[in-house]
Amino acid sequence: MSTTDARPASVSASAAAPAAAPGFWFRALRHPGFVIGGVLTALLVLAAAVSYVWTPWPVYEVNMADKLLLPSWAHWFGADAFGRDVVSQLLMGARASILVGIIAVGIGLVVGTALGLLASARRGWVEELVMRLADFTFAFPAILSAIMLTAVFGPGIVNAIIAIGIYNIPTFARITRAAANAVWAREFVLAARACGKSAWAITWQHILPNIAAVLTVQATIRFAVAILAEAALSYLGLGTQPPQPSWGRMLAEAQTLMFQAPLLAVWPGLAIALSVLGLNLLGDGLRDLLDPKLARSR
Amino acid sequence: MSYFLFKRILTLIATLVATSVIVFSVLEVLPGNAAQVLMGPDADPAAVEAKARELGMDQPAMTRYAHWVGGLARGDMGLSYAYGSPVSELIAERLTVTVPLAVMAMLLTVLLALGVGVYAAARHNRLGDVGLMTLAQIGIAIPNFWFAILLILLFSVKLQWFSAGGFDGWYFDDGFWHGLWEGLQALLLPAVSLAVVQGAILARFTRSSVLEVMREDFVRTARAKGLSRRATLWGHVLRNAMIPVITVMGLQFAELLAGTIVVENVFYLPGLGRLIFQSIANRDLIVVRNCVMLLAAMVVIVNFIVDVLYAVIDPRVKASHL
Repeated sequence: MSTTDARPASVSASAAAPAAAPGFWFRALRHPGFVIGGVLTALLVLAAAVSYVWTPWPVYEVNMADKLLLPSWAHWFGADAFGRDVVSQLLMGARASILVGIIAVGIGLVVGTALGLLASARRGWVEELVMRLADFTFAFPAILSAIMLTAVFGPGIVNAIIAIGIYNIPTFARITRAAANAVWAREFVLAARACGKSAWAITWQHILPNIAAVLTVQATIRFAVAILAEAALSYLGLGTQPPQPSWGRMLAEAQTLMFQAPLLAVWPGLAIALSVLGLNLLGDGLRDLLDPKLARSR
Repeated sequence: MSYFLFKRILTLIATLVATSVIVFSVLEVLPGNAAQVLMGPDADPAAVEAKARELGMDQPAMTRYAHWVGGLARGDMGLSYAYGSPVSELIAERLTVTVPLAVMAMLLTVLLALGVGVYAAARHNRLGDVGLMTLAQIGIAIPNFWFAILLILLFSVKLQWFSAGGFDGWYFDDGFWHGLWEGLQALLLPAVSLAVVQGAILARFTRSSVLEVMREDFVRTARAKGLSRRATLWGHVLRNAMIPVITVMGLQFAELLAGTIVVENVFYLPGLGRLIFQSIANRDLIVVRNCVMLLAAMVVIVNFIVDVLYAVIDPRVKASHL
């Protein structure tokens, strides 16, 4: 189940497992999915980073003279109904996606992993309770939670992040528990217990480092899911609010102009799809690279 | 079987109760005052208080919860603030769009996923497999509402084969088949946009499930006794590979319902998803509460059915619960 069988002690939680596997980069650079995914993900991060220092045009500047302009040298992807440059908005939109992804996955990762580790360490009724709660959260897809929060507190990016984050918790709890239970059954954990280590110390020093690889893979894939969810919520008007650009809202605005400017509905969707594709490929690649046993059976 | 069923039904009831408590707490107790939400932040405090009394908000939360759940059990969901008509009627009307859409999308998903998944597994690591799995990888990354917009761009704006949205309801005056055809036509693009994304996920899962079963000893035995590849695949592999696939289908149903909320908004379909959004805009909390409860209950009940089906197909599941 878990990876880095030979040297559990040398793996630190913060470095995740990649550094521990010998020749990781050697194998990684020969894995086409990982390379393509890595490049696409790097582009996403780069787009968000660049938007802090430079955009081709001022993002919020309305310029009616350029209204619905087709792609040209001045506006590479054209301009929207207010004459705002599409490329500049896409760059800014990457920020919203990354922000939501990091916080929502962070919430799921921290709370979910803690619950999963707790369930695995205590077993018995604690495990039963945590797992039943995780089962039950399935009844509320992120969109449904976001709808409830919006109905009460009004639309906004914070509510969207909370809704997506809550939805991530059971996923991480479940995966952590399954992976942690497998580690708890190993001999070196038995040895640690025989030495008198507490459940807390074993969890921190042995279980967590050994499931870090599984969690890294999952975090990458959930990041992609979070980007999709943010886009859907913003499209529905429940996520990022104007004037802050977001890919989902750009699509909602473009949909009303489909007959005049069909291309406007293409770019933001392409940005979402390429980001999600990149993260998914990166996650799948990491799984192959970090868990050779699993990779062979695929 | 009966003990397993009994235990599972108890869990179902407990889950439904817990769901209703969550929905009620989030939508009723947290904001403190539904009347304020209904009348807007700038409303006169005296008017808000009068409205609160009219809605029964001055009663304790427990009483209101009991009143709501008691009503649900009788099929009475109360009156919509905005429409003034019974919520159950509003929802029933919208379900005639959402349920056919979800069923159609699920059928397309299963057709697509089983076809692609089994074909890819049978052609493991050959061109067909690699090509289809690349497409599936891309399909998973595409947001369903963007795919819906692309479908509209192609089939409505460019080719003008379908209308760009809207649904006139089911009319059977010009004959049953004509009415059915008209209705299904309006739901086809939305269903396809939902099915492609879900189908891509399920296809990948089907493929790996089939591949896993194909490595089993009994498959080798079947081949060794002279059964053809095709006969082994259809007779032995598929039946066993379907067990985990069905579970995933149950889980996907939740995603599909969430997807219908979004896609209904893309195509302006008067379904449950549109109703929820109109109600949020109207500050009609009672409609939102019942719609959310209904959607959550649908997910819970479908997963219950899947669990029971699972036990029927695979006797080991039942045994492990005893």
